[in-house]
Amino acid sequence: MSDLLTLYGKTFNSRLLVGTALYPSPAIMRESVQASASEIITLSLRRQNPAQQQDNRFWDYIRESGCQLLPNTAGCKSPREAVELAKMSQEIFQTDWLKLEVIGDDYNLQPDPFGLVETARELIQLGFKVLPYCTDDLVLCRKLLDVGCEVLMPWGAPIGTGQGLLNKYNLQTLRERLSDVPLIIDAGIGAPSQAAEALEMGFDAVLLNTAIAKAQDPVLMANAFKLAVESGRAAFNAGLMLRRQTASPSTPTLDMPFWQQAESILQD
Amino acid sequence: MQVLINGETQSLESPLKLSALLHQLGYRGETFAVAINGGFIPRTEYSNTQINNGDSLDIVAPVVGG
Repeated sequence: MSDLLTLYGKTFNSRLLVGTALYPSPAIMRESVQASASEIITLSLRRQNPAQQQDNRFWDYIRESGCQLLPNTAGCKSPREAVELAKMSQEIFQTDWLKLEVIGDDYNLQPDPFGLVETARELIQLGFKVLPYCTDDLVLCRKLLDVGCEVLMPWGAPIGTGQGLLNKYNLQTLRERLSDVPLIIDAGIGAPSQAAEALEMGFDAVLLNTAIAKAQDPVLMANAFKLAVESGRAAFNAGLMLRRQTASPSTPTLDMPFWQQAESILQD
Repeated sequence: MQVLINGETQSLESPLKLSALLHQLGYRGETFAVAINGGFIPRTEYSNTQINNGDSLDIVAPVVGG
């Protein structure tokens, strides 16, 4: 069965997006990305002098990967910073895709909803394909769609916390109310089971970094996430059973031996 | 004149264009991008862009990211 992920008109087999930061070495990053089977990877831009540029194995690996690049605007706190960094990313990475981050709080790195909408509007007018990292607020998500975002990336939990899907009510609400919009859980995923849960809930993909990069064995963990995402998606497609409050036997009770006998003993 | 390059003050002897400054600093190839005073300067504008006293340059390159 064909079950492709479509984002801004491009199709992907994998529903796992990974970051490239925090790995013990560029070689382990490359192996991990391969083990994850991801087709979309995030990266960034920072100040560099020419001496630093001479040994950039990371960038060589990224270019060889053939993955869709998703540059981020991590660290930007204002629309102006994010827009200018986006233009620089577009020139270097030769892509109009952008993971838009506009951070509103230093402590939990919570996205600034007002700055996010303003920046997304401007970047979309400039032709960018914006994938905003946002909170799980339904009204914010609607505003981002209104200004032209075709994909949204609500957080599961604050970046790097590994706490999984903290507000399932909000996330379930987003999934139900924005049923036609590709939704990617970005940030906060700490374990493959949490990624599987996101896919089981009907989210289209997950984006994570720390849980793989900081594992004792990043390559093995990347494979674990690959399997979890596949499993979660298969479960969603198969249709999960409804939760019930009371027990219901799965084994038939009809023609059970000793059944009447047990009842009669109870009645005595 | 003095300019700020990636947060560090540098003295330049005479007025010059951005393309000349980048060459002087050792930037080669196409894996970097430039902003002056917070505004992106497209590569095609390097040779037309005059560096002025007090300008602040950001020269960025790809790094890992999440």
